[in-house]
Amino acid sequence: MVEKALFTILLEGLFVKNFLLIQFLGLCSFVGVTKDVKSASGMSGAVVFVMALAATVSFLLFNYVLVPLKLEFLRTIAFIVVIAALVQLVEFIVRKHVPALYRSLGIYLPLITTNCAVLGAVLLNVMNDYNLIQSVTFGVAAGLGYTVAMLMMAAIRERSNIVNVPKAVGRGVTYALFVATIMSMSFVNFFGVIPLD
Amino acid sequence: MNPLSEFIRGITKDNPTFGLVLGLCPTLAVTTSVENGIGMAMGTLFVLVGSNVMVSAIRNHIPGAVRLPIEIIVIATFVTIVDMVMEAFTPALYESLGVFIPLIVVNCIVIGRAEAYALKNGVFYSTIDAFGEGTGFLLVLMLIGGIREFLGTGIIDPFGITVINASAFMNPAMFMIMSPGAFLTISVLMTIVNYRRQQKAAKGG
Repeated sequence: MVEKALFTILLEGLFVKNFLLIQFLGLCSFVGVTKDVKSASGMSGAVVFVMALAATVSFLLFNYVLVPLKLEFLRTIAFIVVIAALVQLVEFIVRKHVPALYRSLGIYLPLITTNCAVLGAVLLNVMNDYNLIQSVTFGVAAGLGYTVAMLMMAAIRERSNIVNVPKAVGRGVTYALFVATIMSMSFVNFFGVIPLD
Repeated sequence: MNPLSEFIRGITKDNPTFGLVLGLCPTLAVTTSVENGIGMAMGTLFVLVGSNVMVSAIRNHIPGAVRLPIEIIVIATFVTIVDMVMEAFTPALYESLGVFIPLIVVNCIVIGRAEAYALKNGVFYSTIDAFGEGTGFLLVLMLIGGIREFLGTGIIDPFGITVINASAFMNPAMFMIMSPGAFLTISVLMTIVNYRRQQKAAKGG
């Protein structure tokens, strides 16, 4: 397999294969925590942080523990446990040492365990045979792509609070999905920006 | 509580997609065709039933503080089984569903039902509930998959059986197969469901 340039991975994660709008990973938080920019940025910060960590740890675990023991089929279980443990660990550390950050990120951390974006990033790393640096880059890029989409969505929803919408659409999930349709239409056009290999 | 109404509740009132609004990721990602939708829903149904039965069977022995990790391990075990079975017997389907098979593990429907239902009810009703929710999920995925496949290609042919072939009369819209099409389909469907619900509520029903 041809080595993929890091810049390509970064651009893919950010735009071309945006996790929320193109790959449909992590949609629960996309419609759940985007009512205002503040909570959206809190959630995004937590996701970027955990994704980068999870990409590193899971790479080491997969290549130095599971592969030598021929236990690759256990990867789903192993990764979800790693992510859950990491989230707990991050929560402890942040609460003890950076209380200010904990107050803004705290409530989002438990949500991340069941966020398919994190597990998705980790699994895609394995499926694409990325090396350590590529894995971490992909984790960070995917997290940043997630952040971009989350912030755009939150900003749009915040601004459009005064707009009249039909009662059947409302202000909740359905409205968010209509907004996502339009955002996704623009992101689809990033296809072809990077020549596919 | 009667078994039939518990089963139907999973399809109508507590429908995973339109009632509980859980598990949106696979609902949108794999519904490019009816075939993928059915494959995904079958995998989810199996995991749902397995985890609901298991969790409700051991619910009196799980300490409250560690119930989430235990539930996740139970679910991950069944997901691994599905993953390996599909890879062995339906390789083409496995290929097109890709990362979303292992991702059943974080599908909010599965853990949501384990948490909200199986922990509080017996094995029999938990099984019924799992089948109801799984069937509800299957119907939604088939509907969305059908709409997108029809509008996007003009042909619906799950597992090689051609159900509709209208490609001669229409100009298929590629848009529906791509990601915005998924968002559009589900938002329109959700609006219709909301509208019906509000009409019902207005009538006092």
